[in-house]
Amino acid sequence: MSFVKLSASAFAIAAVSATTAAARDQVQVAGSSTVLPYASIVAEAFGENFDFPTPVVESGGSSAGLKRFCEGVGENTIDVANASRKIRENEIKACADAGVTDIIEVQIGYDGIVFASDINGNTFAFTPDDWYKALSAQVVVDGQLVDNPYKTWDQVNPNFPAQPIAAFVPGTKHGTREVFEDKVILAGCEHTGDFEAYKAANGDDEKAAEKACIALRTDGVSVDIDGDYTETLARIDSNKDGIGVFGLAFYENNTDKLQVATMSDVVPSTESIATGEYPVSRPLFFYVKKAHIGVIPGLKEYAEFFVADEIAGPDGPLAEYGLVSDPELVEVQEAVANETVLGGGS
Amino acid sequence: MTDISQTPDTTPVAKPKGSLFDKDARTKRRNAAEGRFKLYGIAAIGIGLLMLVVLVTKIVTAGTGAFQQSFLELSVELKEDKLDKKGNRNIEDIKKVSTFGYAPLISAALEAEVQKLGIQTDLKPKGMGKILSKATQADLRNYVIANPDEIGNTVSFRFLVNSRVDGYMKGRVTRESIANDKSISVPQLDLVDQLRDAGVLYKTFNPDFIFGSDASDQRPEAAGIGVSMLGSLFMMLVVLALALPIGVAASIYLEEFAPQNRLTDIIEVNISNLAAVPSIVFGILGLAVFINYMHLPTSAPLVGGLVLTLMTLPTIIISTRASLKAVPPSIRDAALGVGASKMQSVFHHVLPLAAPGILTGTIIGLAQALGETAPLLLIGMVGFIASNPPDGIVAGFLSPNSAMPAQIYEWSKRADPAFYERAWGGIIILLIFLVTMNTIAVILRRRFERRW
Repeated sequence: MSFVKLSASAFAIAAVSATTAAARDQVQVAGSSTVLPYASIVAEAFGENFDFPTPVVESGGSSAGLKRFCEGVGENTIDVANASRKIRENEIKACADAGVTDIIEVQIGYDGIVFASDINGNTFAFTPDDWYKALSAQVVVDGQLVDNPYKTWDQVNPNFPAQPIAAFVPGTKHGTREVFEDKVILAGCEHTGDFEAYKAANGDDEKAAEKACIALRTDGVSVDIDGDYTETLARIDSNKDGIGVFGLAFYENNTDKLQVATMSDVVPSTESIATGEYPVSRPLFFYVKKAHIGVIPGLKEYAEFFVADEIAGPDGPLAEYGLVSDPELVEVQEAVANETVLGGGS
Repeated sequence: MTDISQTPDTTPVAKPKGSLFDKDARTKRRNAAEGRFKLYGIAAIGIGLLMLVVLVTKIVTAGTGAFQQSFLELSVELKEDKLDKKGNRNIEDIKKVSTFGYAPLISAALEAEVQKLGIQTDLKPKGMGKILSKATQADLRNYVIANPDEIGNTVSFRFLVNSRVDGYMKGRVTRESIANDKSISVPQLDLVDQLRDAGVLYKTFNPDFIFGSDASDQRPEAAGIGVSMLGSLFMMLVVLALALPIGVAASIYLEEFAPQNRLTDIIEVNISNLAAVPSIVFGILGLAVFINYMHLPTSAPLVGGLVLTLMTLPTIIISTRASLKAVPPSIRDAALGVGASKMQSVFHHVLPLAAPGILTGTIIGLAQALGETAPLLLIGMVGFIASNPPDGIVAGFLSPNSAMPAQIYEWSKRADPAFYERAWGGIIILLIFLVTMNTIAVILRRRFERRW
């Protein structure tokens, strides 16, 4: 019985201290799994160089992170949300409704999205047109909008080998999917001129035409990957004809298994993305709750450290890992130092 | 039988009774059926064993690498003009030198070592420094802050090398495979070869993998499972402290005291149902109740333990009830017959006899909870979490931490293949725990179980 008493009292102590342990002493971050590696590198270096404990970085996706960010102000809500896309209007509104009014937006740099296939397979030089033709649910053939008939890459573009089309694209819950649709499929749709056909078919409605453009085929040629890039890699490993969509940093860590395809004749690299030559890239952000600055120790220091030259600059560890440094980093540093909030002038 | 009676003429009238050694067709068929069934059984066991062998071989071959790590021995001159410009050994001034300030010292030390060993290389000191882990700078800084008096001296260190170099030492990375790799080059591998031949770069057992904390994506070589092991430990303490008393009390009441009626029937059915609920559901429940409603801290082992308690309770209740039922009624009757109260008969006689069964059930329930990942995903225990060892018992329950299965899941998602190896290594450690717990359960049952 004494054991029962002991364990009961141990739990009681823990429960009491749970309510009294209001003073959280480490920064809590959650959000995009694309930003997670960068945030973890910063958090680790932050813990090593400052007297604050190492911040905790959870993954879960941009949308989930921003949702938790917007739950309210207080110790048991997160301080920073990582996002691989800009915060949306409705999220800002949801935040405001919950009392999170002052949000500091910090753009940390750019991330490239690359197309890669098995290292021993054929080499590809893509254009957005090729991807649109290969994956869109409907394409224009002889002036008619028909269900996508292409089965092999040489049907899409005579320069390609006769390899069956098998694409592994990020699922709809990923921020990467949005970029893939906008910068590749939609760009190809517009460039090939098929957009006009969609517009005509949708009664001149541009929005509906765009939506029809980016609708991917569902006959098994294009596979949505809801997991992480490791899953895409495993799929390519088992289907050597597969071509997958990856983040640049992931590809650079797995160059022994993957070869990267060029896009519009540009090889993806941090340099070609920084100059804007490589077309498929997107900015990465994190959002800071201003109300928590001064309450959670180390929050502002963490945000400033994240965008400091020695971290996020072109020679810093983030760039080394695959982040494309923001050319306007100085302005970002100023914005963080001044705690400039969203929509608050500036 | 009807067939026979319809055609009586064909049946021999007086068939001699066959010898028992003479098997008739029917017996042969029955024996053949038995033989076939035995074969099926052996085949089933064979398939099971084969799966086990494949699984264990895969885990062991993929994971043992994680227990070894490559190190480079270097003597570093802790230059005063870099580390303590004012020269007054003021700890605050020393702390101002960030980890980035230590990188040149390490590169210089490596360059000196290469010259001392007479190794020819075209690499610049910075390029040479890239074969070392990024964790070295932090290690060195921590050492200097802990021992400020050593500034100015030359100190010998054992540094971790980069995950690519470590992969090369383990045969995972080859000269061919790094053709497009930006993190490492062939001249660097040539340098590694020469350092290895000189005996300063070697592979050895790495206790930091078992006891260390998680590391960021850039330094897989420094990552360890120790902190998340502590997270698992604190979670198991919560589960044990809650699930055992609640589960045992509930089962004793249901089995010994509760009247048999509709209500107890419903409770009984629901306990069985609860045991079959997918664990992710408990995660969602935990998020809604413990974090959003009760405002307990996220990612805390306390919350993880509470969620796993919900999951383990049915297992404990079911096994406890089974072992209470197995105690023969004569024990209870005898106790009541000599004047014991109902409660005395239960606590003095029935419960001690049922204890081995209860313990076995509890240990198996704990083992199940230890390997559970799904509910932890929802209460924020996956990510870069297990980076600080908790500094005390209360912090152990309340400060964010991961758990072993969650840490393995997280590692398997990361880009660098070196993390993949660590994920398998983590599986080995987790399996050792599970096998140990199950073995203890079996031993307890064997040694203390009474049969009537």
